[in-house]
Amino acid sequence: MVNKILKRFYTFLIFLFLYAPIIVLIVFSFNNSKSRGVWNGFTLKWYIELFKDSQVLKALYNTILIAISSSLISTILGTIAAIGIFYMNGFSKKVILNLNYMPVLNPDIVTAVSLMTLYRFLKIDFGLLTMLLSHITFCIPYVVLSVLPKLKQMNKHLPEAAMDLGATPMYALRKVIIPEIMPGIITGGLMAFTLSIDDFVISFFNTGHGVSNLSITIYSMARRGINPVINALSTLMFIGMLILLLIINKRADINNEERG
Amino acid sequence: MKFKRFTIPYILWLSLFIVIPLLLIVFYALSSGDSQNFSTFEFSFASLERFFSSPVYIKVLIRSVRLAVVSTVICLILGYPIAYIISKENPKKRNVLILMFVIPMWMNFLLRTYAWLTLLGKSGIINSIIMKLGFQPLELLYNDTAILLGMVYNFLPFMVLPIFSVLTKIDFKLIEAAEDLGANKITTFRRVVFPLSLPGVMTGISMVFIPAVSTFVISDLLGGSKASLIGNLIEQQFRYTGDWHFGSAMSIILMVFILITMALTSKFDKEKEGEGGGLW
Amino acid sequence: MKKVKSIALLLVILLISISLAACGEDKPKLNVYNWGDYIDMDVLDQFEDEFGIEVVYDTFATNEDLYVKLKQGGSSYDVIFPSEYMIERMVREDLLEKIDKANIPNFDKIGEQFLGLEYDPNNEYSVPYMWGTVGIIYNKTMVNEPLDSWADLWNEQYAGQIVMLKSQRDTLAVALKKLGYSLNSRNEKELEEAKAELIKQKPLVLAYMGDEIKDALISGEAAIGVVWSGDAVAMIRENPDLAYVIPKEGTNLWFDAMVIPKNAQNKEAAEKFINFMTRPDIAAKNADYIGYSSPVPEAVKLLPEEVQNDPVSYPTAEEIENTEVFKDPADIIQVYDRIWTEITSEE
Repeated sequence: MVNKILKRFYTFLIFLFLYAPIIVLIVFSFNNSKSRGVWNGFTLKWYIELFKDSQVLKALYNTILIAISSSLISTILGTIAAIGIFYMNGFSKKVILNLNYMPVLNPDIVTAVSLMTLYRFLKIDFGLLTMLLSHITFCIPYVVLSVLPKLKQMNKHLPEAAMDLGATPMYALRKVIIPEIMPGIITGGLMAFTLSIDDFVISFFNTGHGVSNLSITIYSMARRGINPVINALSTLMFIGMLILLLIINKRADINNEERG
Repeated sequence: MKFKRFTIPYILWLSLFIVIPLLLIVFYALSSGDSQNFSTFEFSFASLERFFSSPVYIKVLIRSVRLAVVSTVICLILGYPIAYIISKENPKKRNVLILMFVIPMWMNFLLRTYAWLTLLGKSGIINSIIMKLGFQPLELLYNDTAILLGMVYNFLPFMVLPIFSVLTKIDFKLIEAAEDLGANKITTFRRVVFPLSLPGVMTGISMVFIPAVSTFVISDLLGGSKASLIGNLIEQQFRYTGDWHFGSAMSIILMVFILITMALTSKFDKEKEGEGGGLW
Repeated sequence: MKKVKSIALLLVILLISISLAACGEDKPKLNVYNWGDYIDMDVLDQFEDEFGIEVVYDTFATNEDLYVKLKQGGSSYDVIFPSEYMIERMVREDLLEKIDKANIPNFDKIGEQFLGLEYDPNNEYSVPYMWGTVGIIYNKTMVNEPLDSWADLWNEQYAGQIVMLKSQRDTLAVALKKLGYSLNSRNEKELEEAKAELIKQKPLVLAYMGDEIKDALISGEAAIGVVWSGDAVAMIRENPDLAYVIPKEGTNLWFDAMVIPKNAQNKEAAEKFINFMTRPDIAAKNADYIGYSSPVPEAVKLLPEEVQNDPVSYPTAEEIENTEVFKDPADIIQVYDRIWTEITSEE
């Protein structure tokens, strides 16, 4: 019994630690004062101002645009690559797998500056394009890494059997392989989306021409006192994500029940 | 199999966006001259020499490693028990709890870090409570403790998630067998559960250590830019002083350092290819 | 499966349509790169309305930041706002375009004392935007004596309450001035001494900050800080307990000006913008909003009386007698960079 209470208490403390700053952010988005730390009464004005703040809205748009496109592209490229890698053998497989690990193991600042030198070397102007390319680059490895285990779990003879029965390789891919590894693809895609939306360092070094995402906007704002508008935006995003997760969870439950 | 050819686009992508940039960094690190003008480049070890000959820079590296090690250890100590507790819950509750670890990561990490300023400041929430209780306010911000707190806060989920996913996969029969053979709870944990969870622990350690050793944002926001970490030095060279040679040299040093550390830890971790899948 | 495919298809269509929409805007663009918090944003809207030119606005934190960004290329800006010593360097390195005065009729409105200065003797490259001093700001309720010297920043009594600027030239200047040297010192021995001073000061410093210094002093997080005069005005407005002082050892007198970089893509719009920013009503609007001092006398007259007479913004001639203007360190810039890197690396 004591043990159980202790466990509960510990879980509570950890979650308090995780959520304290988030609660602070949400509470202060309703604070009727610009300064952080002092409560001056309830207001909704930051939410109203949010929809008038073109700089923040533009940053939000860029963030979402980059997150959607980079996660889509990296999921497609990464899935194809994973299937290829799965069927490879020997030394070349090892080389590719290790190269694939580079962006995972490399500190993001090293990835960021190396990409920055590449764009300078190729004389590509910094902007949305360089940011997108960089995001795809650091997202693909995670997709590959989450699809590969699913391929290993798949019965290797399944696609072969399909082809023996007259399916073309493409048909076997579409009807046999992809459905088998779908959970891995979805995990990879979600991971890419999360990574992209939360990235700061790589975007920070690889953007220009006034193109900024939310992280960069927040970073430059942190230097002159964060505008509570950002708190309002994060509260909305947080609630949005929460609802999305609840829906996904609910649907997963229904699916499980149907199957079960 | 025809599917092998599927790797071709990715090989091209890898070469252009991973291999060439890294070679460029190496090239910068081993040359000197005007950073923006390739025609002035000369082969030189000057940047590497500059780093290793000055105690100042070595000290920064040691400091970064020290803070990263401490934060990794704290994450492990805090993270393992919670991962263990959650993994023992029934599946439904388990999923909700683990999801609660993921949710904060969907909120911008700069904002989460920034929120700590509100909590820790001299007139912040924690100090207001302390003062209401009649104590002197504490210096909570702009020191190493604040940096460590920021690291632990941001990277704790990276420790918990892989450990959790390994723990849930442990075959329950093994534990039952151990108990049948007369092992008590502590022995079972020490001899069966913990060794089986080691791959997750290793993944967790590297997932926390790498971002911690290279961060420049946390030391900037919570540390008040008072003492640089290696990440700050690299950022400074690329963005303010414009000495890309020295910046690249430090990037290479940091990279090599991490790869060596990882090579050492991966000795414990035989199931390397499954690593990425174990992340979630 | 089908569902997944249709979702993917939908996303692709969505993506293409937004990217097309983004490309659809065909207004002429003007890329402006300015210091953070250094303009009344309404002024940009007004410019867009009046001239039908879209302003792409971006900010930097220090002169060095700006220089690296410009030098590394990959981003083209049409108007930038460097300080005098950086203009000197940029002219020397041929990074700036000459400005056609015929397109800047409002140039006549600039006060005489801001023309023909050393960094641009013939006013060929730059049009002054703001000017000011560097000094100490302190909270009178937290500091018991009036401060008047850079040496006060080394007073152990204030340990943990001092905020310094995270800016190479400005922070080195504080130490050089404290030691009684010129803030343009080219003597490596003097610079090393300044480095040692700043390292000695480190344990007393709460943090090194950029623009966040304003928040720290207004909220009472710190008691003493080094700031630019304009920021001081804005801070005192928010918290009347603060006071600004120009230390007796002398300080830095600085000028920020608008210039056009060599690779500017829209020089015509850039000149329109510079002319617009120099128009007295606009200059007054900016000066009023950010708290800095305008070099346009007609604009100053439009400001509220108490601002015009504020010694922080518009110090008397005697008060700025003991000041120095930054010069381009030219060939010894590497020494500055190295020393600054070493200061920030020290624990």
